[in-house]
Amino acid sequence: MHVAILGNGVTGVSAALRLRQLQPDWRITLVSGESTHHYSRPALMYVFMGHMRYRDTKPFEDSFWGAQRLALLRGWVTRIDLEQKRLELHDQPPLAWDRLLLATGSKPNRFGWPGQDLAGVQGLWGLADLVTLREACAGARAAVVVGGGLIGVELGEMLHSRGLEVTFLVRERSYWDNVLPREESQLVEREIERHGLVLRRATQLRAIEDDGSGRAGAVVTDQGERLPCQIVGLTAGVSPNLDVIRDTPIRCARGVLVDAQLRTSAADVFAAGDCAEIEVPGARNLLQQVWYTGKQQGELAAENLAGATRAYDPGIWFNSAKFFDLEYQTYGRVNLQVPGEASLYWEHPDGTKSVRIVHVGGTVIGFNLMGLRWRHAVCERWIAEERTLAHVLPRLDEAHFDPELYRRHAREIAAAFTRQGAA
Amino acid sequence: MGLDARTLAHAFDEEAQGFGPPPPGTTLPPEEHVGPGQRAALALAALGALALVLQVGGGAWAGTWGGLGASFGLLALGGALAPWLARRGTPPGIRHDGLFFRGLTARGALGWVAGVFMTGLYVLIYWFPSALGDHGDGQPTGLVRVVDPLARLVTGTPASRWFLYGVLYTLAVLVFGVRMWMKYRHNRYQQVRTLSVGFFQLAFAWLLPNLLVYLREPYLEFNGLWPLKYDYLWPGKVSELRSAGGLGPFLLTWAAVASLVAMPVLTYLYGKRWYCAWVCGCGGLAETLGDPWRQLSSKTDSAWRLERWLIHGVLGAVALATLLLWGHDLSGGRLFGSWAHPFKEWYGFYIGAIFSGVVGVGFYPLLGNRVWCRFGCPQAALLGLFQRLFSRFRITTNGGQCMSCGNCSTYCEMGIDVRAYAQRGANVVRASCVGCGVCAAVCPRGVLRLENGPPGERFAGADDPWGTFLDGLRRREGPGYAAWEGSCPTGTGTAPRQ
Repeated sequence: MHVAILGNGVTGVSAALRLRQLQPDWRITLVSGESTHHYSRPALMYVFMGHMRYRDTKPFEDSFWGAQRLALLRGWVTRIDLEQKRLELHDQPPLAWDRLLLATGSKPNRFGWPGQDLAGVQGLWGLADLVTLREACAGARAAVVVGGGLIGVELGEMLHSRGLEVTFLVRERSYWDNVLPREESQLVEREIERHGLVLRRATQLRAIEDDGSGRAGAVVTDQGERLPCQIVGLTAGVSPNLDVIRDTPIRCARGVLVDAQLRTSAADVFAAGDCAEIEVPGARNLLQQVWYTGKQQGELAAENLAGATRAYDPGIWFNSAKFFDLEYQTYGRVNLQVPGEASLYWEHPDGTKSVRIVHVGGTVIGFNLMGLRWRHAVCERWIAEERTLAHVLPRLDEAHFDPELYRRHAREIAAAFTRQGAA
Repeated sequence: MGLDARTLAHAFDEEAQGFGPPPPGTTLPPEEHVGPGQRAALALAALGALALVLQVGGGAWAGTWGGLGASFGLLALGGALAPWLARRGTPPGIRHDGLFFRGLTARGALGWVAGVFMTGLYVLIYWFPSALGDHGDGQPTGLVRVVDPLARLVTGTPASRWFLYGVLYTLAVLVFGVRMWMKYRHNRYQQVRTLSVGFFQLAFAWLLPNLLVYLREPYLEFNGLWPLKYDYLWPGKVSELRSAGGLGPFLLTWAAVASLVAMPVLTYLYGKRWYCAWVCGCGGLAETLGDPWRQLSSKTDSAWRLERWLIHGVLGAVALATLLLWGHDLSGGRLFGSWAHPFKEWYGFYIGAIFSGVVGVGFYPLLGNRVWCRFGCPQAALLGLFQRLFSRFRITTNGGQCMSCGNCSTYCEMGIDVRAYAQRGANVVRASCVGCGVCAAVCPRGVLRLENGPPGERFAGADDPWGTFLDGLRRREGPGYAAWEGSCPTGTGTAPRQ
């Protein structure tokens, strides 16, 4: 049995490791055109900023793959042949498979903006982007980042580290406010501005101007403003990478359509991670594009590739990020317009820490933390056990995960929440 | 659809070419501009260096308080002020921008210069004291003479090379401690820890021992434990302390209680960090002067294998030397007569001088700041065994938040592949971890936390120390290779009970 895995990101690699565990004798091949070895994509920014070397971003030593008998094939797949069950590769002989996992991830959105193909215009997605960005920064003085999300702020931080004046064009009224509640969004905005970057809210990109040499020279916004810049970062979200999958009969919508067992419409072909769109009977399709869901779906796909029939359980949502020096953690459902939801919000007087507890009629459904670290297991347990505010508020200290000797805020947070009429 | 031509043309070799420093023409961020205050501080330090050179060359002020202040005083003042002023006005937080682009911190030419300079200093101190002005006659010249007024004040005797060494060492911990304090001003664990290593170096390792000299009492560093200070429990020192009147018996009791009682008890309660990252002098220097080089420690599996052999080999050697000497001593010289003392000399030379000093500190800019602590220190080995098997300390992984970026592993001075644990949601329970807390500080996702809690909850099998020990002996592969065994995306990190 030979399983080919298209993509060596976290989804593909999690699948390969789990599959090796379940099937010690199967042949497993990881195929990628981007890099020979698996690296941590979220660490791209740290390589660019000189915090780490490329090799430090690789979660496993190079010799690990041989020791696990996982074959690594470096090459771009140009066509998926479902009849003959093989992957056609650019400049290389094809690779035959018995079962296939699609783990192609996602790619940055481009909305057909005039000038989006000029030199100096790019996203932050992979290793190739680091190469072009490094060159583009030499001699550049100003940059515009389009789109206010997690990757946007990473790109902004990277450009800032090269001494560029960075301006964000944020479509929303405040930063990432489609995900963050107003107060947290403003906390992030203050953090961005504290580092000297400029925010243009409720502003969209109209066009990118050529400087006369085929390079970006300025952007024009929908407010009619013209911002001279040499680099334009496009970080307006990502979409499933269907580049070669669209050419096959495999059913796709926004992503590769799969059932709860991560099976595609083609026999022996599975899909997982950012590229997969899970059909949920009677509900909206699931398109989850964060690190842990890629890992979870990869492992599940491996089990089902190996013969299991387990269905995907998304579990209780969580995520985290860092905006410059401001850490962010979220657990459960926050800002999702759940019927009857209300929230308690506490902010430290210094404006760099906050806690939000979202509840429905006193039953806790979500947490948002800014500048504080809380314990995943505890938050998850409270949500899963449908604990009430009366149960949670006196126990906030259990969730404390800041380093030792840090000031604890549990008591003042609980007191503030009680004043807000919670308990 | 299909792939676009640009993608297919992507033929970049990320392994060979890597992603180097910014090409020429790239501007510097505001944080890296050298401001007027910082320039003034550097000028002060340069003046101090000049004053030092003049005095070593036999200048007029050599051996006076004025000369000492103008040389080491200005050097220390400028050296402490420069990083302070450089960071003041910038937002507090982790700032590692460009660390791998600069020669000094990325094993470039400047790094080698720093390594050769520090190695050379150790070579002079150990083997060429007269080059420093210590001729063994109580008539110091040159560099040693510069610190003579301080030696006469504190010890009541003329300065020696060892006094000079103590002054340099303590100044390095304090001056670079200021840098550490400022670098981590957003992190109270790091700040308090930096205060602690500064205090123990200044008071326990420098001032009090020198006052013992002043009082004509036997010499003892109060933060020194056996087997790091191997001779503290050797027959020679023990009989010196026993026979000395005055403070002798107290000092002997102090050394014995610290080594034999405080060591296991405190390690049980807090892990080996109570010593290695809070009290120890070697640790103090590594955490202050050595901080800029922590990212250079090797995380490879081969380094892990070498480390296990070396550090436990040194522990075995010091235990053997101690046994030989006591056997020799208690049998009145009948046992091990001809080789107890040569072995002692051998240990003192190769391990005490070359390994811990020349290589241990001199190679900071080349192999990272914990070379000695990681590969050679018998104290770290012994504390490590306790920490692994009998301790409440662990680094807890916060559920499934790890996204494998590798900052934790990169900045682990002990070369632990922290990520291998974090990405599978497991606690880090390692003999070598000194508990500096930097992995938790640099983690951009709030994944790691140093904690003390019931020992049995730290890892599967923690309630069977002996089995864990035997299991460890059988291991042939490092933790990175085991990462796939228990991968669990949402984490199984076992938090201590509340």
